[in-house]
Amino acid sequence: MGVSDFPDAFKETREAKGVCPFNDQDDPVAMLLRFKDVRKSAHDYKSFISEAAPGRIVIPSEVNIRDTRQIPFEVDPPEHTEYRALVEDWFKRPLDSTYEAGLESIILLELEKVLKKGSCEAISELSLPIQSRALTLLLNIPLEEAETWISWGTHVFRSEDSNLDADKASILYDYIDAEIDRVIAQPDDSLYSVLLNSEYQGRKMTKEEVKGVLVLTFAGGRDTIINYLTNTMAYLAEHPEAMDQLRNNPTLVNTAIEELVRYFSPLTHMGRVVAQEKEVCGHEAKKDTRISLCWASANRDEAVFENPNEVVLDRKMNPHVAFGFGTHKCLGATHARQLMKVFLRVFTQKVGKLTVVNAMENIEDWGEHQRKVGFDSLEIELNPIK
Amino acid sequence: MAKITYITKEGESMVFEATSGSLMELAVKNKVPGIDGDCGGVCSCATCHVHVAPAYYEKLEAPSEIEADMLEFDDNVNEYSRLCCQIPVSDAVDGITVSVAN
Ligand code: FES
Repeated sequence: MGVSDFPDAFKETREAKGVCPFNDQDDPVAMLLRFKDVRKSAHDYKSFISEAAPGRIVIPSEVNIRDTRQIPFEVDPPEHTEYRALVEDWFKRPLDSTYEAGLESIILLELEKVLKKGSCEAISELSLPIQSRALTLLLNIPLEEAETWISWGTHVFRSEDSNLDADKASILYDYIDAEIDRVIAQPDDSLYSVLLNSEYQGRKMTKEEVKGVLVLTFAGGRDTIINYLTNTMAYLAEHPEAMDQLRNNPTLVNTAIEELVRYFSPLTHMGRVVAQEKEVCGHEAKKDTRISLCWASANRDEAVFENPNEVVLDRKMNPHVAFGFGTHKCLGATHARQLMKVFLRVFTQKVGKLTVVNAMENIEDWGEHQRKVGFDSLEIELNPIK
Repeated sequence: MAKITYITKEGESMVFEATSGSLMELAVKNKVPGIDGDCGGVCSCATCHVHVAPAYYEKLEAPSEIEADMLEFDDNVNEYSRLCCQIPVSDAVDGITVSVAN
Protein backbone atom coordinates (compact mmCIF):
# COMPACT_ATOMS: atom_id res chain seq x y z
CA MET A 1 0.00 0.00 0.00
CA GLY A 2 1.37 3.39 -0.97
CA VAL A 3 1.23 6.55 1.11
CA SER A 4 -1.47 7.93 -1.16
CA ASP A 5 -3.87 5.08 -0.46
CA PHE A 6 -6.68 6.22 1.78
CA PRO A 7 -8.59 3.11 2.83
CA ASP A 8 -12.34 3.14 3.40
CA ALA A 9 -12.50 2.92 7.19
CA PHE A 10 -16.26 2.44 7.38
CA LYS A 11 -16.92 -0.23 4.75
CA GLU A 12 -17.89 -3.12 7.01
CA THR A 13 -20.04 -1.16 9.42
CA ARG A 14 -21.69 0.71 6.57
CA GLU A 15 -22.65 -2.51 4.86
CA ALA A 16 -23.64 -4.46 7.96
CA LYS A 17 -25.37 -1.80 10.04
CA GLY A 18 -25.34 1.59 8.33
CA VAL A 19 -25.16 3.41 11.67
CA CYS A 20 -22.36 3.47 14.19
CA PRO A 21 -22.53 4.74 17.76
CA PHE A 22 -19.62 6.89 18.82
CA ASN A 23 -18.92 8.48 22.17
CA ASP A 24 -17.87 12.10 22.01
CA GLN A 25 -17.13 13.62 25.42
CA ASP A 26 -20.18 11.97 26.97
CA ASP A 27 -22.50 13.43 24.36
CA PRO A 28 -22.86 10.40 22.11
CA VAL A 29 -23.27 10.51 18.35
CA ALA A 30 -24.89 8.04 15.95
CA MET A 31 -22.82 8.22 12.78
CA LEU A 32 -24.81 7.66 9.58
CA LEU A 33 -22.67 5.87 7.05
CA ARG A 34 -24.76 5.23 3.94
CA PHE A 35 -24.93 7.72 1.10
CA LYS A 36 -28.71 7.85 0.88
CA ASP A 37 -29.22 8.23 4.64
CA VAL A 38 -26.58 10.95 4.78
CA ARG A 39 -28.13 12.93 1.93
CA LYS A 40 -31.66 12.52 3.17
CA SER A 41 -30.82 13.55 6.73
CA ALA A 42 -28.71 16.49 5.53
CA HIS A 43 -31.75 17.68 3.60
CA ASP A 44 -34.08 17.32 6.59
CA TYR A 45 -32.98 20.41 8.49
CA LYS A 46 -36.20 20.48 10.47
CA SER A 47 -35.60 17.13 12.17
CA PHE A 48 -31.83 17.42 12.32
CA ILE A 49 -30.85 20.91 13.28
CA SER A 50 -27.67 22.93 13.20
CA GLU A 51 -28.93 25.68 15.49
CA ALA A 52 -27.96 23.94 18.73
CA ALA A 53 -25.54 25.14 21.41
CA PRO A 54 -22.59 26.71 19.54
CA GLY A 55 -20.00 24.03 18.83
CA ARG A 56 -22.27 21.08 19.53
CA ILE A 57 -22.74 19.95 15.93
CA VAL A 58 -19.01 19.85 15.37
CA ILE A 59 -17.40 16.52 16.20
CA PRO A 60 -15.39 16.44 18.43
CA SER A 61 -17.79 18.90 20.07
CA GLU A 62 -16.46 22.40 20.68
CA VAL A 63 -19.09 23.26 23.30
CA ASN A 64 -16.42 23.56 25.98
CA ILE A 65 -14.14 25.85 24.05
CA ARG A 66 -16.37 28.38 22.36
CA ASP A 67 -19.68 30.16 22.66
CA THR A 68 -19.53 32.24 19.52
CA ARG A 69 -22.11 30.92 17.08
CA GLN A 70 -20.63 30.29 13.65
CA ILE A 71 -22.76 31.93 10.96
CA PRO A 72 -24.51 30.83 8.77
CA PHE A 73 -23.40 27.31 9.66
CA GLU A 74 -24.98 27.07 13.12
CA VAL A 75 -28.31 28.69 12.20
CA ASP A 76 -31.26 27.08 10.43
CA PRO A 77 -33.83 28.47 8.00
CA PRO A 78 -35.52 30.91 7.89
CA GLU A 79 -32.77 32.89 9.69
CA HIS A 80 -30.08 30.90 7.87
CA THR A 81 -31.49 31.89 4.49
CA GLU A 82 -31.12 35.58 5.19
CA TYR A 83 -27.61 35.26 6.63
CA ARG A 84 -26.46 33.11 3.76
CA ALA A 85 -27.89 35.50 1.18
CA LEU A 86 -25.81 38.29 2.75
CA VAL A 87 -22.54 36.49 2.08
CA GLU A 88 -23.33 34.33 -0.95
CA ASP A 89 -22.14 36.80 -3.61
CA TRP A 90 -18.96 37.52 -1.72
CA PHE A 91 -18.12 33.81 -1.53
CA LYS A 92 -18.66 33.50 -5.29
CA ARG A 93 -15.93 36.02 -6.10
CA PRO A 94 -13.41 33.22 -6.65
CA LEU A 95 -15.07 32.68 -10.05
CA ASP A 96 -13.72 36.06 -11.25
CA SER A 97 -10.68 35.84 -13.47
CA THR A 98 -8.72 38.38 -11.40
CA TYR A 99 -9.24 36.23 -8.32
CA GLU A 100 -8.07 33.18 -10.22
CA ALA A 101 -4.98 35.07 -11.37
CA GLY A 102 -4.31 36.05 -7.75
CA LEU A 103 -4.42 32.42 -6.69
CA GLU A 104 -2.12 31.47 -9.51
CA SER A 105 0.56 33.93 -8.51
CA ILE A 106 0.37 32.83 -4.85
CA ILE A 107 0.82 29.18 -5.79
CA LEU A 108 3.55 29.90 -8.33
CA LEU A 109 5.56 31.86 -5.80
CA GLU A 110 5.39 29.16 -3.13
CA LEU A 111 6.18 26.43 -5.62
CA GLU A 112 9.17 28.24 -7.05
CA LYS A 113 10.67 28.60 -3.56
CA VAL A 114 10.61 24.86 -2.92
CA LEU A 115 11.62 23.94 -6.46
CA LYS A 116 14.80 25.91 -5.89
CA LYS A 117 15.53 23.90 -2.76
CA GLY A 118 14.63 20.59 -4.38
CA SER A 119 12.89 19.20 -1.31
CA CYS A 120 10.53 20.30 1.40
CA GLU A 121 8.02 19.30 4.05
CA ALA A 122 4.85 19.71 2.05
CA ILE A 123 2.52 20.89 4.82
CA SER A 124 4.61 23.60 6.41
CA GLU A 125 6.27 24.74 3.19
CA LEU A 126 3.44 24.44 0.67
CA SER A 127 -0.05 23.58 1.90
CA LEU A 128 -0.15 25.86 4.94
CA PRO A 129 1.36 28.95 3.29
CA ILE A 130 -0.77 28.47 0.16
CA GLN A 131 -3.95 28.06 2.22
CA SER A 132 -3.15 31.07 4.40
CA ARG A 133 -2.17 33.36 1.55
CA ALA A 134 -5.19 32.31 -0.50
CA LEU A 135 -7.39 33.27 2.43
CA THR A 136 -6.24 36.88 2.11
CA LEU A 137 -7.95 36.91 -1.28
CA LEU A 138 -11.19 35.61 0.19
CA LEU A 139 -11.11 38.24 2.92
CA ASN A 140 -9.79 40.87 0.52
CA ILE A 141 -6.99 42.03 2.77
CA PRO A 142 -3.22 42.52 2.22
CA LEU A 143 -1.22 39.39 1.50
CA GLU A 144 1.25 40.05 4.36
CA GLU A 145 -1.47 39.34 6.90
CA ALA A 146 -1.07 35.65 6.12
CA GLU A 147 2.26 35.58 8.00
CA THR A 148 0.38 35.78 11.30
CA TRP A 149 -1.91 32.89 10.41
CA ILE A 150 0.95 30.75 9.18
CA SER A 151 2.57 31.18 12.58
CA TRP A 152 -0.48 29.54 14.20
CA GLY A 153 0.28 26.20 12.54
CA THR A 154 -2.11 23.80 10.85
CA HIS A 155 -4.96 23.77 13.33
CA VAL A 156 -6.87 26.59 14.90
CA PHE A 157 -8.40 24.51 17.66
CA ARG A 158 -5.97 21.62 17.87
CA SER A 159 -2.45 21.37 19.20
CA GLU A 160 0.02 18.51 19.29
CA ASP A 161 -1.30 17.06 22.52
CA SER A 162 -4.97 18.05 22.45
CA ASN A 163 -7.82 17.78 19.99
CA LEU A 164 -9.46 20.79 21.53
CA ASP A 165 -7.14 23.48 22.69
CA ALA A 166 -8.93 26.41 24.30
CA ASP A 167 -5.78 28.54 24.42
CA LYS A 168 -5.31 28.14 20.71
CA ALA A 169 -8.94 28.96 20.02
CA SER A 170 -8.64 32.15 22.04
CA ILE A 171 -5.69 33.29 19.92
CA LEU A 172 -8.01 33.22 16.91
CA TYR A 173 -10.89 34.85 18.77
CA ASP A 174 -8.76 37.66 20.17
CA TYR A 175 -7.26 38.21 16.75
CA ILE A 176 -10.68 38.48 15.06
CA ASP A 177 -12.02 40.78 17.83
CA ALA A 178 -9.08 43.10 17.36
CA GLU A 179 -9.46 43.08 13.57
CA ILE A 180 -13.16 43.93 13.83
CA ASP A 181 -12.37 46.89 16.10
CA ARG A 182 -9.64 48.02 13.75
CA VAL A 183 -11.95 47.94 10.74
CA ILE A 184 -14.70 49.76 12.65
CA ALA A 185 -12.20 52.55 13.31
CA GLN A 186 -10.91 52.48 9.75
CA PRO A 187 -13.35 50.97 7.26
CA ASP A 188 -11.85 49.30 4.20
CA ASP A 189 -13.07 47.00 1.43
CA SER A 190 -12.49 43.73 3.26
CA LEU A 191 -15.02 41.08 4.22
CA TYR A 192 -14.98 42.58 7.74
CA SER A 193 -16.26 45.90 6.43
CA VAL A 194 -18.79 44.29 4.12
CA LEU A 195 -20.24 42.37 7.04
CA LEU A 196 -20.18 45.33 9.42
CA ASN A 197 -22.21 47.26 6.85
CA SER A 198 -24.65 44.44 6.15
CA GLU A 199 -28.19 44.51 7.42
CA TYR A 200 -29.78 41.49 8.99
CA GLN A 201 -33.52 41.68 9.69
CA GLY A 202 -33.48 45.42 9.13
CA ARG A 203 -30.62 46.19 11.54
CA LYS A 204 -26.84 46.26 11.27
CA MET A 205 -24.98 43.00 11.94
CA THR A 206 -23.58 42.92 15.47
CA LYS A 207 -19.90 42.48 16.21
CA GLU A 208 -20.65 39.02 17.55
CA GLU A 209 -22.39 38.02 14.30
CA VAL A 210 -19.54 39.36 12.19
CA LYS A 211 -17.15 37.40 14.36
CA GLY A 212 -19.30 34.30 13.85
CA VAL A 213 -18.91 34.51 10.07
CA LEU A 214 -15.17 35.09 10.33
CA VAL A 215 -14.50 32.28 12.78
CA LEU A 216 -16.21 29.97 10.32
CA THR A 217 -14.20 31.37 7.41
CA PHE A 218 -10.94 30.79 9.27
CA ALA A 219 -11.72 27.40 10.79
CA GLY A 220 -13.76 25.76 8.04
CA GLY A 221 -11.26 26.10 5.26
CA ARG A 222 -8.05 25.42 7.11
CA ASP A 223 -7.16 21.78 7.77
CA THR A 224 -9.61 20.73 5.05
CA ILE A 225 -7.76 22.61 2.33
CA ILE A 226 -4.40 21.72 3.83
CA ASN A 227 -5.32 18.02 3.75
CA TYR A 228 -6.59 18.25 0.20
CA LEU A 229 -3.40 19.87 -1.08
CA THR A 230 -1.06 17.60 0.83
CA ASN A 231 -2.93 14.42 -0.08
CA THR A 232 -2.99 15.48 -3.71
CA MET A 233 0.79 15.82 -3.68
CA ALA A 234 1.13 12.34 -2.21
CA TYR A 235 -1.17 11.03 -4.93
CA LEU A 236 0.72 12.73 -7.74
CA ALA A 237 4.05 11.48 -6.38
CA GLU A 238 2.85 7.91 -6.56
CA HIS A 239 1.01 8.33 -9.88
CA PRO A 240 3.39 9.90 -12.37
CA GLU A 241 1.02 8.83 -15.14
CA ALA A 242 -1.62 11.11 -13.61
CA MET A 243 0.88 13.99 -13.71
CA ASP A 244 1.33 13.37 -17.43
CA GLN A 245 -2.38 13.07 -18.13
CA LEU A 246 -3.21 16.27 -16.27
CA ARG A 247 -0.37 18.10 -17.98
CA ASN A 248 -1.36 16.98 -21.44
CA ASN A 249 -5.09 17.30 -21.02
CA PRO A 250 -5.93 20.43 -19.01
CA THR A 251 -9.69 19.80 -19.14
CA LEU A 252 -9.13 16.67 -17.04
CA VAL A 253 -8.55 19.02 -14.10
CA ASN A 254 -12.31 19.63 -13.80
CA THR A 255 -13.24 16.05 -13.04
CA ALA A 256 -9.96 15.36 -11.25
CA ILE A 257 -10.53 17.94 -8.50
CA GLU A 258 -13.98 16.51 -7.79
CA GLU A 259 -12.68 12.96 -7.75
CA LEU A 260 -9.79 13.75 -5.44
CA VAL A 261 -12.06 15.59 -3.03
CA ARG A 262 -14.43 12.60 -3.05
CA TYR A 263 -11.61 10.17 -2.43
CA PHE A 264 -9.92 12.19 0.31
CA SER A 265 -13.10 13.65 1.87
CA PRO A 266 -11.07 16.15 3.93
CA LEU A 267 -13.91 16.63 6.40
CA THR A 268 -14.93 13.23 7.78
CA HIS A 269 -18.33 14.18 9.10
CA MET A 270 -20.56 16.85 10.58
CA GLY A 271 -23.12 16.50 13.35
CA ARG A 272 -26.73 17.54 13.79
CA VAL A 273 -28.95 17.65 16.86
CA VAL A 274 -32.26 15.77 16.70
CA ALA A 275 -35.19 18.19 17.03
CA GLN A 276 -37.88 15.71 16.12
CA GLU A 277 -37.57 12.07 16.94
CA LYS A 278 -37.01 10.08 13.80
CA GLU A 279 -35.96 6.67 12.60
CA VAL A 280 -32.93 6.59 10.33
CA CYS A 281 -31.57 3.32 9.01
CA GLY A 282 -33.15 1.38 11.87
CA HIS A 283 -31.79 3.79 14.47
CA GLU A 284 -34.25 5.63 16.73
CA ALA A 285 -32.85 9.15 16.78
CA LYS A 286 -34.14 10.48 20.10
CA LYS A 287 -34.83 14.14 20.68
CA ASP A 288 -31.78 16.18 21.75
CA THR A 289 -29.32 13.43 20.90
CA ARG A 290 -26.86 13.80 18.04
CA ILE A 291 -26.41 12.15 14.69
CA SER A 292 -23.55 12.71 12.29
CA LEU A 293 -23.49 12.80 8.53
CA CYS A 294 -20.40 10.86 7.55
CA TRP A 295 -19.37 12.38 4.23
CA ALA A 296 -16.26 10.21 4.07
CA SER A 297 -18.25 7.00 4.32
CA ALA A 298 -21.01 8.16 1.95
CA ASN A 299 -18.36 9.00 -0.63
CA ARG A 300 -17.21 5.36 -0.73
CA ASP A 301 -20.70 3.83 -0.86
CA GLU A 302 -20.69 1.08 -3.47
CA ALA A 303 -24.41 1.51 -3.99
CA VAL A 304 -23.63 4.83 -5.67
CA PHE A 305 -20.03 4.83 -6.87
CA GLU A 306 -18.47 2.28 -9.16
CA ASN A 307 -15.04 1.25 -7.91
CA PRO A 308 -15.35 3.64 -4.97
CA ASN A 309 -11.86 2.93 -3.66
CA GLU A 310 -10.14 3.85 -6.88
CA VAL A 311 -9.23 7.32 -8.02
CA VAL A 312 -10.78 7.70 -11.46
CA LEU A 313 -9.64 11.10 -12.62
CA ASP A 314 -12.21 11.37 -15.39
CA ARG A 315 -15.19 10.10 -13.36
CA LYS A 316 -18.17 11.58 -15.19
CA MET A 317 -20.96 11.06 -12.67
CA ASN A 318 -19.67 11.90 -9.23
CA PRO A 319 -22.45 12.98 -6.85
CA HIS A 320 -20.03 13.15 -3.90
CA VAL A 321 -20.89 14.94 -0.67
CA ALA A 322 -17.38 16.05 0.25
CA PHE A 323 -18.65 19.65 0.52
CA GLY A 324 -21.70 18.56 2.47
CA PHE A 325 -25.20 18.58 1.09
CA GLY A 326 -28.40 20.62 1.32
CA THR A 327 -28.98 23.94 3.05
CA HIS A 328 -25.67 23.89 4.87
CA LYS A 329 -23.43 22.80 2.02
CA CYS A 330 -20.00 24.38 2.23
CA LEU A 331 -20.04 28.14 1.73
CA GLY A 332 -16.34 28.12 0.84
CA ALA A 333 -16.68 25.44 -1.84
CA THR A 334 -16.27 27.90 -4.71
CA HIS A 335 -13.02 29.21 -3.23
CA ALA A 336 -11.82 25.68 -2.44
CA ARG A 337 -12.59 24.41 -5.94
CA GLN A 338 -10.87 27.33 -7.62
CA LEU A 339 -7.83 26.84 -5.41
CA MET A 340 -7.73 23.10 -6.17
CA LYS A 341 -8.08 23.75 -9.88
CA VAL A 342 -5.30 26.31 -10.04
CA PHE A 343 -3.09 24.20 -7.78
CA LEU A 344 -3.41 21.10 -9.96
CA ARG A 345 -2.81 23.11 -13.10
CA VAL A 346 0.23 25.00 -11.82
CA PHE A 347 1.71 22.01 -10.02
CA THR A 348 1.56 19.68 -13.00
CA GLN A 349 2.93 22.37 -15.33
CA LYS A 350 5.90 23.19 -13.10
CA VAL A 351 6.89 20.00 -11.33
CA GLY A 352 8.59 17.17 -13.19
CA LYS A 353 9.74 14.40 -10.91
CA LEU A 354 8.13 14.15 -7.51
CA THR A 355 8.95 11.63 -4.76
CA VAL A 356 7.79 11.06 -1.21
CA VAL A 357 10.77 10.72 1.10
CA ASN A 358 8.99 10.33 4.39
CA ALA A 359 5.36 10.40 5.50
CA MET A 360 3.65 10.51 8.86
CA GLU A 361 -0.02 9.67 8.57
CA ASN A 362 -2.74 11.49 10.42
CA ILE A 363 -5.21 8.90 11.65
CA GLU A 364 -8.51 9.90 13.23
CA ASP A 365 -10.22 7.77 15.84
CA TRP A 366 -13.96 7.37 15.50
CA GLY A 367 -14.86 4.68 18.01
CA GLU A 368 -14.04 1.36 16.43
CA HIS A 369 -12.95 3.06 13.19
CA GLN A 370 -9.56 4.46 12.40
CA ARG A 371 -9.63 6.79 9.45
CA LYS A 372 -6.67 8.22 7.59
CA VAL A 373 -7.53 11.81 6.76
CA GLY A 374 -4.16 13.20 5.77
CA PHE A 375 -0.62 13.58 7.04
CA ASP A 376 1.10 15.08 10.03
CA SER A 377 4.11 15.54 7.82
CA LEU A 378 5.01 14.72 4.24
CA GLU A 379 8.56 15.17 3.07
CA ILE A 380 8.90 15.34 -0.68
CA GLU A 381 11.61 15.81 -3.27
CA LEU A 382 10.67 17.68 -6.38
CA ASN A 383 12.36 18.85 -9.55
CA PRO A 384 11.18 21.42 -12.03
CA ILE A 385 10.27 20.49 -15.57
CA LYS A 386 13.34 21.25 -17.61
CA MET B 1 -25.58 24.61 -34.42
CA ALA B 2 -28.22 24.75 -31.69
CA LYS B 3 -29.93 27.86 -30.39
CA ILE B 4 -30.60 27.83 -26.64
CA THR B 5 -32.72 30.33 -24.69
CA TYR B 6 -32.23 30.83 -20.96
CA ILE B 7 -34.85 32.72 -18.96
CA THR B 8 -33.31 34.23 -15.85
CA LYS B 9 -35.05 34.63 -12.49
CA GLU B 10 -35.58 38.29 -13.41
CA GLY B 11 -37.47 37.16 -16.50
CA GLU B 12 -34.79 38.22 -18.96
CA SER B 13 -34.19 36.05 -22.06
CA MET B 14 -30.61 35.23 -22.99
CA VAL B 15 -30.06 33.48 -26.30
CA PHE B 16 -26.85 31.70 -27.33
CA GLU B 17 -25.70 29.30 -30.01
CA ALA B 18 -23.34 26.39 -29.65
CA THR B 19 -22.30 23.15 -31.29
CA SER B 20 -20.84 21.20 -28.38
CA GLY B 21 -20.60 20.97 -24.59
CA SER B 22 -23.55 21.00 -22.24
CA LEU B 23 -26.26 23.55 -21.52
CA MET B 24 -24.49 24.22 -18.21
CA GLU B 25 -21.16 24.96 -19.90
CA LEU B 26 -22.81 27.32 -22.38
CA ALA B 27 -24.60 29.14 -19.56
CA VAL B 28 -21.46 29.46 -17.41
CA LYS B 29 -19.42 30.71 -20.37
CA ASN B 30 -22.02 33.40 -20.96
CA LYS B 31 -22.54 34.16 -17.27
CA VAL B 32 -26.24 33.33 -17.08
CA PRO B 33 -27.19 34.40 -13.54
CA GLY B 34 -28.26 31.51 -11.33
CA ILE B 35 -26.28 28.86 -13.20
CA ASP B 36 -22.92 28.48 -11.51
CA GLY B 37 -21.95 24.96 -12.52
CA ASP B 38 -19.77 24.65 -9.41
CA CYS B 39 -18.90 20.96 -9.82
CA GLY B 40 -18.06 21.31 -13.49
CA GLY B 41 -20.86 18.96 -14.51
CA VAL B 42 -20.29 15.79 -12.46
CA CYS B 43 -23.75 15.94 -10.89
CA SER B 44 -22.76 16.85 -7.35
CA CYS B 45 -23.71 20.50 -6.84
CA ALA B 46 -27.15 21.15 -8.41
CA THR B 47 -26.11 24.74 -9.18
CA CYS B 48 -27.26 24.18 -12.77
CA HIS B 49 -30.92 23.44 -12.03
CA VAL B 50 -33.36 24.57 -14.74
CA HIS B 51 -36.98 24.04 -15.73
CA VAL B 52 -37.20 22.87 -19.32
CA ALA B 53 -40.07 24.15 -21.49
CA PRO B 54 -42.64 21.30 -21.48
CA ALA B 55 -42.58 20.75 -25.24
CA TYR B 56 -38.86 20.07 -25.08
CA TYR B 57 -38.80 18.16 -21.82
CA GLU B 58 -40.43 15.18 -23.48
CA LYS B 59 -37.92 15.16 -26.32
CA LEU B 60 -34.93 14.85 -23.99
CA GLU B 61 -33.65 11.57 -22.69
CA ALA B 62 -34.96 10.96 -19.19
CA PRO B 63 -32.64 11.95 -16.32
CA SER B 64 -30.36 9.24 -14.94
CA GLU B 65 -30.98 7.89 -11.47
CA ILE B 66 -28.13 9.95 -10.05
CA GLU B 67 -29.54 13.14 -11.54
CA ALA B 68 -33.08 12.32 -10.40
CA ASP B 69 -31.85 11.68 -6.85
CA MET B 70 -30.01 14.97 -6.85
CA LEU B 71 -33.12 16.83 -8.02
CA GLU B 72 -35.31 15.14 -5.45
CA PHE B 73 -33.63 17.22 -2.76
CA ASP B 74 -33.29 20.55 -4.52
CA ASP B 75 -35.44 23.64 -4.00
CA ASN B 76 -38.07 24.65 -6.55
CA VAL B 77 -38.28 21.25 -8.15
CA ASN B 78 -41.11 20.62 -10.57
CA GLU B 79 -41.91 17.98 -13.17
CA TYR B 80 -39.77 19.79 -15.76
CA SER B 81 -36.68 20.08 -13.58
CA ARG B 82 -33.30 19.07 -14.98
CA LEU B 83 -29.66 19.61 -14.14
CA CYS B 84 -28.55 21.28 -17.33
CA CYS B 85 -25.01 19.90 -17.05
CA GLN B 86 -26.65 16.63 -18.06
CA ILE B 87 -28.19 18.05 -21.25
CA PRO B 88 -25.72 17.96 -24.12
CA VAL B 89 -25.86 20.61 -26.81
CA SER B 90 -26.96 18.95 -30.07
CA ASP B 91 -29.36 19.49 -32.93
CA ALA B 92 -31.95 17.73 -30.83
CA VAL B 93 -32.15 20.69 -28.46
CA ASP B 94 -32.09 23.39 -31.13
CA GLY B 95 -34.66 26.03 -30.14
CA ILE B 96 -35.01 24.85 -26.51
CA THR B 97 -35.98 27.24 -23.73
CA VAL B 98 -34.95 26.63 -20.12
CA SER B 99 -35.71 28.73 -17.05
CA VAL B 100 -33.22 29.12 -14.21
CA ALA B 101 -34.71 27.44 -11.15
CA ASN B 102 -32.81 28.95 -8.21
S1 FES C 1 -22.89 21.53 -12.64
FE1 FES C 1 -22.91 20.54 -10.73
S2 FES C 1 -24.64 19.32 -10.89
FE2 FES C 1 -24.64 20.30 -12.79
